[in-house]
Amino acid sequence: MNWLPIMILIPFIFAIFVPLIYKRFTPRVHTGWFVFFVPLTLFIYLLRYIPAISKGETIHNTIPWIPSVGINYTTYLDGLGLIFGLLITGVGALVILYSIYYMSKHREALHNFYVYLLLFMGAMLGLVFSDNILVLYVFWELTSISSFLLIAYWSQRKKSRQGALKSMLITIFGGLAMLSGFIMLSMMTNTYSIREMITEVDGMIANSLFLPAMILILLGAFTKSAQFPFSTWLPDAMEAPTPISAYLHSATMVKAGIYLVARFTPIFGGSSEWFWIVSGVGMITLLYGSVNAVKQTDLKALLAYSTISQLGLIMSLLGLGSAAMYFGHGDESTMYAVAVLAAIFHLINHATFKGSLFMVVGIIDHETGTRDIRKLGGLMHLMPISFTLTIIGSFSMAGLPPFNGFLSKELFFTGVLQAAQLNVFNMETFGIVFPVIAWVASVFTFIYCMILVFKTFTGKYQPKRLEKEAHEAPIGMLIPPIILASLVIAIFFFPNVVSKYLLQPAVVAILPDFAQNGGAHVQISAWHGWNTELFMTIGVVALGLFMFIYLKKWIRIYGVFPQSLTLDHLYNQGIEKTESISYRLTNRYMTGSIRDYLVYIFTFMILMLGGAIWLSNGISFDSSNDAPISMYEGGLVAGMVIAACTVLFSKSRMTSLIAVGALGFLVSMLFVIFRAPDLALTQLVVETVTTALFLLCFYHLPDFSKNIGRMRFKATNLIISIGVGMVVTILALSVNGNRLFKPISSYFEDSYELAGARNIVNAILVDFRGFDTMLEISVLCIAGLGVYTLIKLRLTGRDKE
Amino acid sequence: MKKPNDVILHSVTKVAVVIILTFSIDLFFAGHHDPGGGFIGGLGFASALTLLLLAFDIEWVRENIPIDFKVITASGVLIAVLTGLGSLVFDAPFLSQTFNYFNLPIFGKTELATAVIFDFGVALAVIGTAVTIILSIAEDR
Repeated sequence: MNWLPIMILIPFIFAIFVPLIYKRFTPRVHTGWFVFFVPLTLFIYLLRYIPAISKGETIHNTIPWIPSVGINYTTYLDGLGLIFGLLITGVGALVILYSIYYMSKHREALHNFYVYLLLFMGAMLGLVFSDNILVLYVFWELTSISSFLLIAYWSQRKKSRQGALKSMLITIFGGLAMLSGFIMLSMMTNTYSIREMITEVDGMIANSLFLPAMILILLGAFTKSAQFPFSTWLPDAMEAPTPISAYLHSATMVKAGIYLVARFTPIFGGSSEWFWIVSGVGMITLLYGSVNAVKQTDLKALLAYSTISQLGLIMSLLGLGSAAMYFGHGDESTMYAVAVLAAIFHLINHATFKGSLFMVVGIIDHETGTRDIRKLGGLMHLMPISFTLTIIGSFSMAGLPPFNGFLSKELFFTGVLQAAQLNVFNMETFGIVFPVIAWVASVFTFIYCMILVFKTFTGKYQPKRLEKEAHEAPIGMLIPPIILASLVIAIFFFPNVVSKYLLQPAVVAILPDFAQNGGAHVQISAWHGWNTELFMTIGVVALGLFMFIYLKKWIRIYGVFPQSLTLDHLYNQGIEKTESISYRLTNRYMTGSIRDYLVYIFTFMILMLGGAIWLSNGISFDSSNDAPISMYEGGLVAGMVIAACTVLFSKSRMTSLIAVGALGFLVSMLFVIFRAPDLALTQLVVETVTTALFLLCFYHLPDFSKNIGRMRFKATNLIISIGVGMVVTILALSVNGNRLFKPISSYFEDSYELAGARNIVNAILVDFRGFDTMLEISVLCIAGLGVYTLIKLRLTGRDKE
Repeated sequence: MKKPNDVILHSVTKVAVVIILTFSIDLFFAGHHDPGGGFIGGLGFASALTLLLLAFDIEWVRENIPIDFKVITASGVLIAVLTGLGSLVFDAPFLSQTFNYFNLPIFGKTELATAVIFDFGVALAVIGTAVTIILSIAEDR
């Protein structure tokens, strides 16, 4: 028995108990201590898979969910999923530990916080371990929703609500695009399983849906991973509590897009469109993020832009590495597979150094009361441990030895340099652009890393501008970033251990051609001779230092860029315009008059039903099988016509009501004549009850004549009434003339043998179509509660006045 | 407000309600083989209560039948869903119904069907919803 599918659900199950724990133990014990064990257990559980996965095994497990349409809860554990799983649970455990000291147990609504957090964790685990694309989609949207809830956690702040809404709008838009891409994919391959799709990849490229599906899925990935031009939501998401920013918006959720691109590389990789879109967008994002990060004055905003930039870096590496798919398996493709390896490597490194940086910024915010660089300074002596941690994190991000960022940055340069020599996909002409952008972006990355360290910790201490007296954080808050920072150093010294156990299996998962070799064999080493990559790094440091020192001289250039062209401005304009246009549009047809609504409904009905009958040539009257019309039936119909006309011309509500009732009773008489006792009975009782109901309702209505008086004659209304009557009559008559399907009544005739019931109608209701009935009574129940709530709510509202 | 003198209505109602209620219960149990069933039975039951409501006033009904009909609705839906879930215990697909013949002391050979339990849920839901709606509208004065 493999427990993986159940382990994924543990965060969800535990989330149910969090409010109970909160109620029971607050304020004696912080709720976080209980939650802490969930990711910790999962982390240890996942660690046990490392030996098996590094040998090239994969583990999958299927639990049928809706087998009739091929939707199963299939978990699939391979190298790629394992890395993400370890990140989610590992960073998750550290973040919860950190949050215990960050979130006050006296002031904050901790139960909400941890329920959302667990919801996110479960969704994220489900996302990276599910093989079925529809299940994956459900988890994907769940991460968007939990992220929304967490960003808006301090919902009393306007900025939190706005940031949450922005991230939700953008990521859900991408999610929906992705869903349509998924549906196209399943149409091409006739399966919902990613593994089965990969086996059917040959010949898919010629399919006309190939390109649309690719673009739609990439939209999902790019919105989630904050790629240009969708990056605008990430800086605003920084309104969330810092543990959340560290967890969702740097280490895990924003990497879901990366995961998606990596997961679908075996399907789409190797085509020039995939190569160009993924690497191009990644490169633009890399440059955009790093250039914008330099001008930020809020530490968290700086980190947000730097996250955008680093995500772009990983994305572009995945794009460049997809070229390996084009060459299949061989020495040449190993060259490009290095890019994929570098992407995964940087993904891990980024989670370690960025996670610790976020936590340190949270500490600074917590202990000084501000994150504004202009107010901070000189904290080096007051917060020595935080200072050390910042140096480790920032220098790693800047790509300096002896930190892990140096290794992945060098691999990144190797990747772009090799891509520049590519002789397919038009790279002969444009290839040189890649190393240039990469180098320029790295210079800016270096500059903002220096800003982060030196503007905060050196310079003049300004105690008057701080809200609190600055001091070092409690040890519990320091432990999580210390663990991450020691990983930053440890990975630098033992990169090949990470490579063997984590990176190679992931490379195999992304590039299945390398499976027989057990991965792309690249020795990661800190010293690799005086090669181009090293010279590029030295150049970055030299120019970066120079520009940092003269920062004040050229920072004004940023002001030249017009405010009206920023992404934020475009987004705000777009939202405003959409709101005002839809408001005007809605006001035009939502008049508040029930007559108008009836006109819409009936016009639509005439168009749809009439159109359908007309288009399908369904008008055919077949009276050969009809029984002769007896005198009783004729009389009943005549009575019905009279009753209906009475409703139209009566002057009082009571008369119309009685006429409607009479009409209903006459219909049930007709059922009696046609020997349908069940229908007749139902109709009779329904008529009785509704008549009583109408009587009660009419009590509240004003008199008939006052409101209406003489109606003006309206030609459109006449046409619509006649149209509806015609369409319904034609429909009723045509039903007998057409037989589209074989009747299934023979099945119901066996009701006594099948359901032990001689009453076919009842057997259908409670047995054959029991599901329908169950849902119907649920709807009935909801409707009843709805009426009750509406009336009671209005009553209490009136009482208050 | 002058109290109307409706002795006849009151007297007839008292007798009629008993008959309607009995008939509704009969309809409910007959449903398996003859016309009737949970939906009709439930509606009949509700109409009897409506008659009481029309003949006497709402306070009288509230006092004499102190039941929260919202709870009736909910328990009806719950019973229906639980019978569906019950089939899962016996490793059958959701909502499978079954029946068998038993020799009971008074009735002799009788057919017992799980569908009747489901139908009972339907009846409760219908009664509850109808009376909830009518009562809440009637109270809204």
